[in-house]
Amino acid sequence: MPERTEAGTTSRSRRSPWVSHAVLIAGILIVVFPIYYTFVASTLSLQQILRPPLQLLPGSHFLDNYYEALFGGLGRVGGINVWTLLLNTSIVALSVAVGKIVISILSAYAIVFFRFPFRMTFFWVIFITLMLPVEVRILPTYKVMVDLGLIDTYTGLTLPLMASATATLLFRQFFMTIPGELLEAARVDGAGPWRFFFDFVLPLSKTNIAALFVILFIYGWTQYLWPLLVTNSNDMNTIIIALRKMISYADADTQWHLVMVTTIFAILPPVAVVVLMQRWFVKGLVETEK
Amino acid sequence: MTSRVIFPHKVLPYLLLVPQIAITLVFFYWPASQALRQSTLREDPFGLVTTFVGLGNFRQVLSDPDYIGSVQTTIIFSAATALIPMAIALVLAVMADKVIKGRGFYRTLMIWPYAVAPAIAGMLWLFLFNPTIGTFAYMLRRAGYDWDPLLNGNQAMLMIIMAAAWKQISYNFLFFVAGLQAIPKSLLEAAAVDGAREVKRFWTIVFPLLAPTSFFLLVVNTVYAFFDTFGIIHAVTSGGPGKATETLVYKVYNDGFVNLMLGSSAAQSVILMGIVIALTAIQFRYVERKVHYA
Repeated sequence: MPERTEAGTTSRSRRSPWVSHAVLIAGILIVVFPIYYTFVASTLSLQQILRPPLQLLPGSHFLDNYYEALFGGLGRVGGINVWTLLLNTSIVALSVAVGKIVISILSAYAIVFFRFPFRMTFFWVIFITLMLPVEVRILPTYKVMVDLGLIDTYTGLTLPLMASATATLLFRQFFMTIPGELLEAARVDGAGPWRFFFDFVLPLSKTNIAALFVILFIYGWTQYLWPLLVTNSNDMNTIIIALRKMISYADADTQWHLVMVTTIFAILPPVAVVVLMQRWFVKGLVETEK
Repeated sequence: MTSRVIFPHKVLPYLLLVPQIAITLVFFYWPASQALRQSTLREDPFGLVTTFVGLGNFRQVLSDPDYIGSVQTTIIFSAATALIPMAIALVLAVMADKVIKGRGFYRTLMIWPYAVAPAIAGMLWLFLFNPTIGTFAYMLRRAGYDWDPLLNGNQAMLMIIMAAAWKQISYNFLFFVAGLQAIPKSLLEAAAVDGAREVKRFWTIVFPLLAPTSFFLLVVNTVYAFFDTFGIIHAVTSGGPGKATETLVYKVYNDGFVNLMLGSSAAQSVILMGIVIALTAIQFRYVERKVHYA
């Protein structure tokens, strides 16, 4: 923050920065504690978990529990192990993120760099999808999925999520800031639409694509209602749906320690993506306003 | 815009639009139109005879005490879920704006909940407050408090609000931090020179200038509370106990998918569509207004 001058910082932070730090640490505790607590629980034995209160430090069953979850096969969700669940969820998150970006960038390119009949009609058709989330058309969409035979398929899990007004609007907005002179110069040099797309538009959009990728990966990973509707068989479950099945039939022999391990696996990948790609993510989130 | 340089191709743009338009028509418009159609039809219990009832389903839905109850539940849940994370995030963002050391560290930890699925957020809080295995539930009972969200509707509501609000802190925090950074420092220094104390500077300068951010977050949080929290409710309470946590979206799912009341569920879908359209319109009006601020 270069504009944070000497005068500015001193006048604002002379009053004990400790108060600020204390409040922030309290905030961090609220934000991180539930995740930390689950991690601690994932390192305890079943007996320890069943006898609250839990200890505050990780226990000694880390290796046992994680080994069992990864290589033991989780009985509670029909013998499906964590690998299958992680694979399914990764396929969904990655295809949704990549698919959405590809589809949106193409349609935004068409709308901004070409003039053709019904251009604005198409734009509004895309825009209005903003107002039709799955939640308002649950049953008929389910029926379409059944009719097309897409239940329990990866296509069914991902394709319908790929149309996105938000991403198209974002790319459109960004493309409109590309100066016309650039396109003119490229056309004088004999570049066609594809050349211009790959040599100029795509490189210029790199930051936007990175930011959008993080946001859409999280969007895909955290889907709930959609996979709940279109999957019946346990081996097509995403990790989140599988977890819900594990806890909703909870009874005396629920393997809580394995539930905790699975929860950690459901949290870790998206958190890693957000933390590692933080710079693009924060920029993308705040600048695109969702 | 009109003077934009463009490519002269006539067919290519249509080809570029095909994937998005095709998905949109098949998975968005067709089902939405079916929901509209279904909302005017009523089937007998065996699904054999379907009759056109006009606005009958809407009349029935709107006079159903369960639906009115669900509207109230949704209002309470959404208001709390929209406002609590805003308040927490604002305090934290103001503090983060003051510290110089450790700012990146705080932000890195603060954004974690954003990456956690709503349903998982619900489960994390359930692990803490589950009457049989939850440590906090154990502590509450030890303190003599009768804690059982599986039986007590208010406690169940409290639990899903905590989970839903917790997840939204990150998002609100990032926007308030950005909002605070956009406030010209010279303004605050001038006020300080004039002798305005820190608290006064906050309420007279910072808070009003954050109004656009706050309003934007209010809309986004409301949309989130309405639609994205389905996972929390489904995973943690399933709308129960009784109907204590049955929000409008959960009720559409439950009536249509579990109870198979097609006409009623479709009418509820159409009402929700109206709500989304209103919220989106507000959001975009605001975005337009924001241009004047920038």
